[in-house]
Amino acid sequence: MQATYSLENTAAPNENGTIEVKSTGADLCLHFAGRWAIGSLFPPFLEIRPLLPDTIKSISFNTTHLQTWDSRFLIILNDISEYAVKNDITLIVEGLPSGVQRLMVLSSASPEKAPVKPEEKSPSFLETVGNKTAHLIEDCSEILSFTGKISLSYFRLFSGKAQFLRSDFLYFLEECGPSALPIVSLISVLVGVILAFVGAVQLQLFGAEIYIANLVGLGMTREMGAMMAAIIMAGRTGAAFAAQLGTMQVNEEIDALQTMGIDPVDFLVLPRLSALLIMMPLLALWADLLGIGGGFLIAALTLDISIVEYYNQTINAVVLRHFGVGLFKAIIFGYLVAFSGCLRGMQCGRSASAVGTAATSAVVTAIVMIVVSDAVMTVIFKILKI
Amino acid sequence: MQPQPLITVSNLTMAYGSFILQQDLNFTIRKGDIFVIMGDSGCGKSTLLRLMIGLKEPAAGSIHFHDTNFWDASEEQRNRIMRQCGILYQSSALFSSMTLAENVALPLRQHSNLAQSEIAELVSLKLRLVGLAGFDQFYPSEISGGMKKRAALARAIALDPEILFFDEPSAGLDPISASLLDNLILELRDSLKATIVLVTHDLASIFAIGSNSIFLDAESRTMIASGAPQTLLETTKNHKVKQFLTRGGTL
Repeated sequence: MQATYSLENTAAPNENGTIEVKSTGADLCLHFAGRWAIGSLFPPFLEIRPLLPDTIKSISFNTTHLQTWDSRFLIILNDISEYAVKNDITLIVEGLPSGVQRLMVLSSASPEKAPVKPEEKSPSFLETVGNKTAHLIEDCSEILSFTGKISLSYFRLFSGKAQFLRSDFLYFLEECGPSALPIVSLISVLVGVILAFVGAVQLQLFGAEIYIANLVGLGMTREMGAMMAAIIMAGRTGAAFAAQLGTMQVNEEIDALQTMGIDPVDFLVLPRLSALLIMMPLLALWADLLGIGGGFLIAALTLDISIVEYYNQTINAVVLRHFGVGLFKAIIFGYLVAFSGCLRGMQCGRSASAVGTAATSAVVTAIVMIVVSDAVMTVIFKILKI
Repeated sequence: MQPQPLITVSNLTMAYGSFILQQDLNFTIRKGDIFVIMGDSGCGKSTLLRLMIGLKEPAAGSIHFHDTNFWDASEEQRNRIMRQCGILYQSSALFSSMTLAENVALPLRQHSNLAQSEIAELVSLKLRLVGLAGFDQFYPSEISGGMKKRAALARAIALDPEILFFDEPSAGLDPISASLLDNLILELRDSLKATIVLVTHDLASIFAIGSNSIFLDAESRTMIASGAPQTLLETTKNHKVKQFLTRGGTL
């Protein structure tokens, strides 16, 4: 007794996969033909299943007219196989291509035992606050600990015990100084221009245009020169320090230094920190001068102030102590930028994404520290009448 | 009758700027081959692989896939050829921000218009084929080096490629994992009817699975031997090749 069912896709007959079901009593034979691959049309298992009554005893296959197959064919066979196991039907795979048979065996071979992944549940508000606080305390303690390590490292340097490469130090001096000049110059001139513009509008109301020189001169020397240079260096050099040290962490170079008995803080942090400490006041001084120049451009072009008037007014307003304040701040900012970059680099994890996180974190930490420390220093200088 | 040529490399020169790494390379990879590229360190094995997978242009010569000259072909033709290639990188190169399932699904999403459910089924099948059933939702950082290689293999075979390229597949693996990977490569070659191009130093792998090979020499900057690894071992007169295949004479 033979019953025949067939199922075909007719949209594109040449590109189709077709199945014909022939049953002999309780034995069923599935005849596959055409293309059963990605890019061709063939019936899904949901349409094939009604043709497989659960009264059958065995399913066999005929693939004489099967032209092409790939993993999608395996998916259908896998569904048929699962159906057969569930309904206690014998599967006779001999009629399948040998490659398919091997892949079926391979896919059902005993797999690696997957550990149970702990379910991730979102923490409650209190848990989040607690975690953040604990993290903050831990971060503060790491900052203190790193500060201590740097102090010890400088102590070793001054007692002639710390070692780092002279070429490294010279390279970082160049990176933190001459290489940063173009961007620092551009930003400083523009900051001077902005300060002058903002001041000009207000001072014109009182006929006190000449005081634009005081505003720009004091603004640049005491605050903006050092701060803008520091923010540029945080984005440029601080991030680079974090990425360099982070990559070294990923490549186990820092582990190698430690096992060779070389202190990574001496070898890696000292040259970077020292270079920025030396270069930052010089950059700030350069930024001050260019900012004052930028202010003069606006004063000359929009307020008709001559270069002599502007110069005299600036000399009267800005005294050495103001430069001193700016340079002192620049040293502190330089330390904070290098410190943040090196700290985040040394804390970096072991993956590529951790390097990116370290670089971002270095910039954010540096900018926050710069602004906070600037506010504190400004208040202190005010109290001390400096 | 020999199987048809799949990749034909003719008069190929590889260079970095004016530095010539290898020149006058001529060889043919036939359908069903497990073709091993051997050579001493720095001879340009991985660079040759980069040329064959379209990541670096040759300084001279040609690489034909079937009858198409890869580097003269249009962008569309090249993409079509590359869709027929699966690549397993030395470092596995799994995307760390994606789960294993997402990693394997990526080429399927990019190069097919299958429904989400079909992609999920195919991903599950590929991970089962490499023995990683149940690891779908794990991230690369949560599994071992050997498992990463197998997950990367699942991604390489996602589109049922005609050619599989392997760059140092057993590097960093213990002998058991390396042997498991060798068996898996053999099994996939036989079942998927794929052709395999392999860059490796691992002698055990070379002799276990290699059906054809070439030997690149860093000193003379050209190919100094070719043939089945076992035949090379038995017949080569070249001292360097002999030394390489006998691990400096200790085998």
